Order: sequence, then C-alpha cells, then structure tokens
Amino acid sequence: MHVVVFTRSTPDTAAKVEVGADGKVTWGDAATVVNPWDEYALEEGILQAKNGGGKATAISIGGEMHNESLKHSLAMGLDEAVRIEDAALDANDSLAYATAAAAAVKKLGDVNLVICGKESVDVGTDQHIYQMARKLGWTLLAYVSKILEVDYAAGTIKVERLLEQGKQIVTSKLPAVITVMKDINEPRYPSFIGIRKASKAVIPVWSLADLGVTPPAAHTKLVAFKNLPVRDTQVEMIEGTPEEQATQLVDKLLQEKVL
Amino acid sequence: MSAVFVWIETFEGAALPTSWEALGAGALLAEKSGGALTALVFGENADAVAKEAGEHGATQALVCADATLKGFRLEPYAALLTKLVQEHQPRAVLAVATTRGRELLAASAADTDSGMISDVSSLDVQGDGSVVATRSAYAGKVMSDVSIDAAGTQFITIRGRAFRPNEAKAGAQAAVTSVAPVLSEDQIATKVERFEAEVGTVNLTDAAIIVSGGRGIANNPKDAPGDAGDAAVWKAKDGFANVIQPLADVLGAAVGASRAAVDAGYIPYAHQVGQTGKVVSPDLYIACGISGAIQHQAGMRTSKVIVAINKDKEAPIFKMARFGLVGDLYQILPALTAELKKRLGK
Ligand SMILES: Cc1cc2nc3c(=O)[nH]c(=O)nc-3n(C[C@H](O)[C@H](O)[C@H](O)COP(=O)(O)OP(=O)(O)OC[C@H]3O[C@@H](n4cnc5c(N)ncnc54)[C@H](O)[C@@H]3O)c2cc1C
Ligand SMILES: Nc1ncnc2c1ncn2[C@@H]1O[C@H](COP(=O)(O)O)[C@@H](O)[C@H]1O
Repeated sequence: MHVVVFTRSTPDTAAKVEVGADGKVTWGDAATVVNPWDEYALEEGILQAKNGGGKATAISIGGEMHNESLKHSLAMGLDEAVRIEDAALDANDSLAYATAAAAAVKKLGDVNLVICGKESVDVGTDQHIYQMARKLGWTLLAYVSKILEVDYAAGTIKVERLLEQGKQIVTSKLPAVITVMKDINEPRYPSFIGIRKASKAVIPVWSLADLGVTPPAAHTKLVAFKNLPVRDTQVEMIEGTPEEQATQLVDKLLQEKVL
Repeated sequence: MSAVFVWIETFEGAALPTSWEALGAGALLAEKSGGALTALVFGENADAVAKEAGEHGATQALVCADATLKGFRLEPYAALLTKLVQEHQPRAVLAVATTRGRELLAASAADTDSGMISDVSSLDVQGDGSVVATRSAYAGKVMSDVSIDAAGTQFITIRGRAFRPNEAKAGAQAAVTSVAPVLSEDQIATKVERFEAEVGTVNLTDAAIIVSGGRGIANNPKDAPGDAGDAAVWKAKDGFANVIQPLADVLGAAVGASRAAVDAGYIPYAHQVGQTGKVVSPDLYIACGISGAIQHQAGMRTSKVIVAINKDKEAPIFKMARFGLVGDLYQILPALTAELKKRLGK
C-alpha cells in the first residue's frame, strides 16, 4: 500500500506580494512555506499510510524552491520525497503538469491513493489535479472533508465531500485521486527529530526523460502579472449612538444601491 | 462556424443563477466567432432548464435527461461532455468555477488534450481567435493575464458574479437536441449514498450580500446557561443564531465567518471566508467582530462595498472598508436589523 501526496512551496500567507518593474512576482524577504492546504493532505497521507500498513511519498513539481515543502513533508513523517523538474514544465500549463504528475505516480508503481491539497494559495489552478486523475484513468474525489471508510485490499473508498449546497456521501473504487479540505484533520507539527532527519535528506530529482513522457503541446501561456488596481479605500466613519449609526448606515447603503 | 458550449449547472433540477453569467460570457465569444451559443443541460429536469436557457439567449441546446445523470457525478458527466466536444469540435466550453464546474471542464480538457484557464474574471477575444483572460493569483494579491490559443477547444471556467448574466427574454427559444449518455450505470464506479443539504441557507459564493462574524462574536453580553459546556462557544453560537442570522435574514444575505470563529468551533467550516476558506465577491460585505487579517482579506477584498463593525478603531479591517462603525456589535447589529426592517418594509 502506497500513498502519494502532492505538495508545493508558496510564499508565506502574510507576505506582501507585488509585481516588480521586471514583471516578476516578488514577496520581498518573506519566507516560503508549505502550501497551507497541503498540510492537511500531508497529514492525511501519514494517517492513511499507517492505516493501510504502507508508506507515503511526497512529490513536488518545480524548481529548488519546492525543496522547502518536501523537507517539511519528511519532517512531518512522510517516508520519501521526490522533486520533478524539467524546463518543459516552465510554461505552467496544467496539461503538462498533469502529464508529469501522472507519469510519476505510474513510475512509483504500487500507488493506491493520491492526495492533494484543495488548491495552492499562489497559482491556484487546481485543474491539474483533476487532469492527473483523468490521465491515470483513476477515480477522482475532490473536496473531501472526511474519509469515512477505506479498504485497500478490496479497493473501495467512502468519503464525505463538501460542496456548495452541502455534504455529499459517496462510495467509489481505488485507486483514486482525492483533494482534501481543511476540516479533514489537525495537521501535526514536525518533531525535532523529524526536522533533523529531513535536513539531511537528499531529495532525488526526476526529469521528464526519467519519467518517459513528453507532455502535449501547451495551449495556454502566462502573458503578464499585474498589480491590483488601487482601491479607493477612503473609509467613512459613521458615529453616534448605535441607533444613529444604524440609521446613517442604511442611508448610505441605499445611496450606494447595494440594498 | 463552431459552437460555443456553456454547461448549465443545475442542483436538484434547477439551474444555478450563475449559469446565466456563464451564458453571458459565452455570448462574448459567440459574438466574435459567429458560432451558436449552445447550452449543455444534463440530468434531472433537463428539458425545462434547456427552455430557460433559450430564454437566456442560448440558440441551441444539447440535452440528456438520462437517469445516470441525475445528480452530478464526474464520470458520466465528463464522458458525455468529452464525446460532445469530440463530435462538435466547439471553439470553447464554458462553465462557472464551482466545485463541479472546475472538475468537469478540467477532466474533459484532459481527455481531449485541450487548453484550460480556470476562474477568470474577464475575457478578451483577440483577432486570431485566441483569448486573453484575467484571473487572480497569490490569493488575490496580484492578477495574471493568461492566453489560450485557438488551435483547439478553449476550456474556461468563470468566477461567479464577475460576468453580466444574459437577461431573460420571454419567448426566446433554443433549438433542442437530445443526446444519449455514454456510460451506463454499471460502468460508473461512484455511487452517491446521500446528500445532506444545508437547508435554508444562502450559498456564500452566489450571495449578493454577506454578513460575517469573527472572534468578536464570543463577547456576547448574555450569560451562558450553567450546563452549556464551553461558555465562549455557547455565547458565540447564540450570537450567530440570534444576532447575525436575523440581520442576514432581513437582507437575504449569506452568513460568513473568519477562520478564528471557525477554528474555535463557533460555526462550521463551510462558512469560512478567506485564503483557506471561500473567496467571495458580493455587492455588500458586512464584517462584524473581524480584525481583517490579510488571510481574511484574501477572501473578500473584491467585495463592492465593505462595512466594518468593530469595537477597536485601530482594527486593520477599517483600512479596506468603505464604511466603518466603531462600537459593540451586540448593540449595533440589533439596531441595524430593526432599522432595515423598517426601511425595507419587512
Ligand atoms: C495559513 C493561514 C491561513 C489562514 N486562512 C484564513 C482564512 O481563510 N480566513 C480567515 O478569516 N483567517 C485565516 N487565517 C487566520 C487569520 O490570520 C486571522 O487569525 C483570523 O482571520 C482572525 O479572525 P478574527 O478577525 O475573527 O479574530 P481576531 O483577529 O481575534 O479579531 C477579532 C476582532 O473582533 C473585535 N471585537 C471583539 N469583540 C467585539 C464586539 N463585541 N463588537 C465588535 N467588535 C468586537 C476585536 O476588536 C477584533 O478586531 C489564516 C491564517 C494562516 C496562518
Ligand atoms: N508544483 C507542484 N508540485 C506538486 N504538487 C503541486 C504543485 N502545485 C500544486 N500541487 C498540488 O496541487 C494542489 C492544488 O494546487 P493548485 O493546482 O496550484 O491550486 C496543491 O495543494 C498540491 O497538492
């Protein structure tokens, strides 16, 4: 039994992010951290590997910046980590990512379950996860808020998914790709020993040639990053007793035509 | 001329209102290419929804009401969409970037090796047929322009409340064609056991008005009953039920929350707004007892008008608000609810 968790590094969520004069996105000297959503995926990977008596591997696609999230994964307690890097993936096209990700899962060979975070807080194009599932021909269960039952021997899984209108309870078959929500578990902090072990780990890097795939032609291209239009945020303070505040606020909101 | 497909998402047989926004975005593409604006309607009540899509400007509709499509499941929906894309080679496929829309379009784009851009807030058709779309990145701290070429079908999901819906015209009709499903029930591994709908609540991502509560909700002046367990949790839940909800009800608003409120167990995670919650873009966002941390801002900064109610005049939320009220939410909100009832005639 083998679980794979996909993860990436992102700028710290409190970082001030802007587009510099060179058109590149910068976050000053703010730290990069594991993508917050992935902490739930990594925790679930550890729990499921234990539950199924198998192992858990973390995979990141991208440059050295992503060693951060892989070291964090190992420090939390995942067994192995691999990074995939190839110039052909620089275009950030989701099909290329999905093709590489699916090939990596196939290369590992014995995988029953792939877990991803719901989205990444930087590029946030969850689409490549769903596309990886299609490229693998596996079940896709996104937005999982609870794994209710899983039987790795029988190849069955039952989960609760959090959708806009409520919770859906579904059963399906393994192998599967799932994305998990914040509600699913309480991610652990890496232990001191874990951090020490991870800091010494040498993380293997696979190229597309190692994976034996050529991604389909990219149809999408990043044209440019842009800073947000300046918001006219001159706040108007409304004072008085609560009743006076309420009356004035309603007047203003009616004027703004938002009621 | 190749068609522009728009998937009309339904829930329990009714179209989501944002689907008409997807038709509006589709019309922008169809105008330029001259192709038929084609509604795809699958599942329960599909014929009636296709009729509605016609009133909202679709000139064609492809409809499949087969029992296997009752309630969204990715396998049968994606198999059918992929087959229709292969047969018709549309220039584009659009849907709203809901949980289902994201999965469905991504799956079919992968099946057909097509390009896809998700969650766009505007689009611009170029002379060569390529499309440049704007989407937010880095949790809304910057934006990116992404292009998609015209070599294949362009798969695009749109952010809800970003495009103007196609207005309904009584009597307008789409030419409806019935299509057959691709998978039979025994070829579909995923079975829905049940759906626990959140009854009576307004969906956050569709809402025109949102009233959100944060950690400040725990400062309820009411005393918790002796057997309440955690007094702060009791007070906060009482505040959400008896102070936030009545205001939301008179406004027809959805109820949101900060992560601090969710993590403390005051309200379920489904209500969380922010970087690790939902991204919302209402006309009016009323933040009550929320300090306005950057991770909360990530989920609500594109709201048209933001009202902040906080007892601390230094709270960062006032820096992004249009209107600020310093004071105790437990005094201001009941007054506001009463005033609105009077003024809106409810
Ligand atoms: C990786 C990561 C992801 C995160 N994701 C999210 C997210 O998705 N969404 C999110 O919201 N946060 C998120 N956070 C948490 C965020 O940093 C803040 O901790 C959180 O938003 C604070 O919530 P709050 O404003 O309710 O609480 P506080 O910051 O404690 O603010 C409470 C406010 O209530 C006011 N108040 C108290 N009593 C009253 C009263 N009676 N009347 C009026 N005002 C009162 C206080 O003055 C104060 O300003 C994330 C953090 C991290 C690190
Ligand atoms: N470069 C990457 N390498 C590995 N996994 C990734 C990468 N980018 C995203 N993921 C995974 O996909 C999820 C969704 O990210 P995104 O598609 O960027 O929104 C993340 O939570 C990760 O689990």
